[in-house]
Amino acid sequence: MTTSPLSAQLVEETPWRQFVRDFMQSRLALFGLVLLALVLFLALFAPWIAPQNPYDLAKLDLMDSKLAPGSESMTGSIFLLGTDGMGRDMLSAILYGLRVSLLVGVVSGVIALAIGASLGVSAAFFGGRYEQILMRIVDIQLGFPAILVALILIAVLGSGVEKVIIALITVQWAYYARTARSAALVERNKEYMEAARGLGLPTWRVLLKHLIPNTLPPLIVVGTVQVAHAIALEATLSFLGLGLPITEPSLGLLIANGYEYMLSGKYWISVYPGVALLLTIMAINLVGDQLRDVLNPRLAR
Amino acid sequence: MSPMPLLEITSLRTEFSTRQGLLPAVDDVSLRVQPGEILGLVGESGSGKSVTGFSILGLIDAPGKITQGSILFEGTELVGASDETLRQLRGDRLAMIFQDPMMTLNPVLRVDTQMIETIQAHRSMSSEQARARCREVLVQVGIASPDERLKQYPHQFSGGMRQRVAIAIALLLRPALIIADEPTTALDVTVQGQILFEMQRLTRETGTALIWITHDLAVVAGLAQRVAVMYAGRIVESGSVQQVLNTPLHPYTRGLLDSVPANSERGQRLHQIPGMTPSLVNRPKGCAFRNRCSYAQADCAIDPPVQHFEQEHMVRCVRPLTEVKR
Repeated sequence: MTTSPLSAQLVEETPWRQFVRDFMQSRLALFGLVLLALVLFLALFAPWIAPQNPYDLAKLDLMDSKLAPGSESMTGSIFLLGTDGMGRDMLSAILYGLRVSLLVGVVSGVIALAIGASLGVSAAFFGGRYEQILMRIVDIQLGFPAILVALILIAVLGSGVEKVIIALITVQWAYYARTARSAALVERNKEYMEAARGLGLPTWRVLLKHLIPNTLPPLIVVGTVQVAHAIALEATLSFLGLGLPITEPSLGLLIANGYEYMLSGKYWISVYPGVALLLTIMAINLVGDQLRDVLNPRLAR
Repeated sequence: MSPMPLLEITSLRTEFSTRQGLLPAVDDVSLRVQPGEILGLVGESGSGKSVTGFSILGLIDAPGKITQGSILFEGTELVGASDETLRQLRGDRLAMIFQDPMMTLNPVLRVDTQMIETIQAHRSMSSEQARARCREVLVQVGIASPDERLKQYPHQFSGGMRQRVAIAIALLLRPALIIADEPTTALDVTVQGQILFEMQRLTRETGTALIWITHDLAVVAGLAQRVAVMYAGRIVESGSVQQVLNTPLHPYTRGLLDSVPANSERGQRLHQIPGMTPSLVNRPKGCAFRNRCSYAQADCAIDPPVQHFEQEHMVRCVRPLTEVKR
């Protein structure tokens, strides 16, 4: 077969390109992606963007506390989003808070994905009693409300970023395990798996190179949704005062800090971190939804 | 007598345990394949021909199990052999081509990845050398511009092309025996013809033996040297293509041949074998075909004896068609 224009086109159409093209078809998802990129950018470069270092207590001035958005500080700089009860610039606090929230959400999500996916795929691959025991543990785990499990763990472990991450991993791995197992069960029975075994490939190779890559699409979808969940859960924990230390405020803690001032009309201390949290989670979910549509073979056009 | 066969299966029995009880998908099957020979394994769906193929490769998964018999391949006993022994044979000395070419290639891996990994699973060979071998084999199965094709993903190939790739993968390590499980049923008749032609040429060139599992007698007639006909898990007749197709001894084989629509019977009612394949669970004693057989009599309720006729023409029947007027 010689290279006709048609076959040349076919060569160009890699699965990746097709995926990108499909993804771009939704304006809303594109908006979500841009928003997510912006949030990530702001969080990553917070130390350079933020007007103030909210962790540096020496920079704070109690005289500046509870200023409305747009007010001028004692030193003459402007607080775009106002200040909180300690005289912290809300914009800076939100940027730093985003950092913590995203870090906790993404790190716990990725680790939970790795653990859950390996357990789920191996359960489907090896089956038998191992699968039975593992999946019953998953069932039990998913029977409890996530917030309850997380609260108990934090109560036992104490607070701190790494403790919160551990709690979030514990809460999340079961979702990944269940998804990975069901995806792997479907793939395992496909003929190419049988063919791979028929070719005498070593078991580890069949598992790593043939089974796992084919189970990834649903896991990516669950992953994005779960990262949003993790961020929300961490905010809830912090809001309840059980998550992160007060010196490293995440968005949830910022919302909690402003809660007491809400009724006295100082809305900005709670509302702006809330908006930031909302936008972050919305951006992730928009991207996740589109990923689900694109990667779902049943909806393929 | 004949030289040592490449593959010798003796009274193989493969059972599946189901809710309804033990299901003997393959029952007392004995087969011989000489080096370089093409054997057609013919039967209806559910007759156990695919399970026979999978049994040889040791790819029978729970709830299935080989419960009896022996499979000697190049002098090695495959029944009860360790997983590692079987793994090393598979893809190397023994290769399989599956039914659906759309499904046997991993959709997320490029063709070169899949071919090279097969070589490297069995030989310590550099990726460059392996790639050269891949190119060679692709040309052998009739794929032009192999370099370009190697870099593509399976979905960029047409059905016939994909089956060629699957065949190329089977040929990679120059196996002594290829088991092909209805590899052309999903293809167009014209493409099927091409593939059959290529296979015939390749086995002649490489000296590879071939077990071609199919339900299509026409394919067997053109391709194979010997035929084994399976019915309800048993081989009911085997022999050379001429013997089995020209002078069938078993009423079932006869029925199969009559079921093929012929040109001369245009407008007439087509022949069919009445009834259906019996359930394999709790199969009554005796000939499994007797309820559909027009020659059956009371004594068919005993287990039919294996009878040999001239030149390895075997039939498992109480009253083979020699006695009855054909």
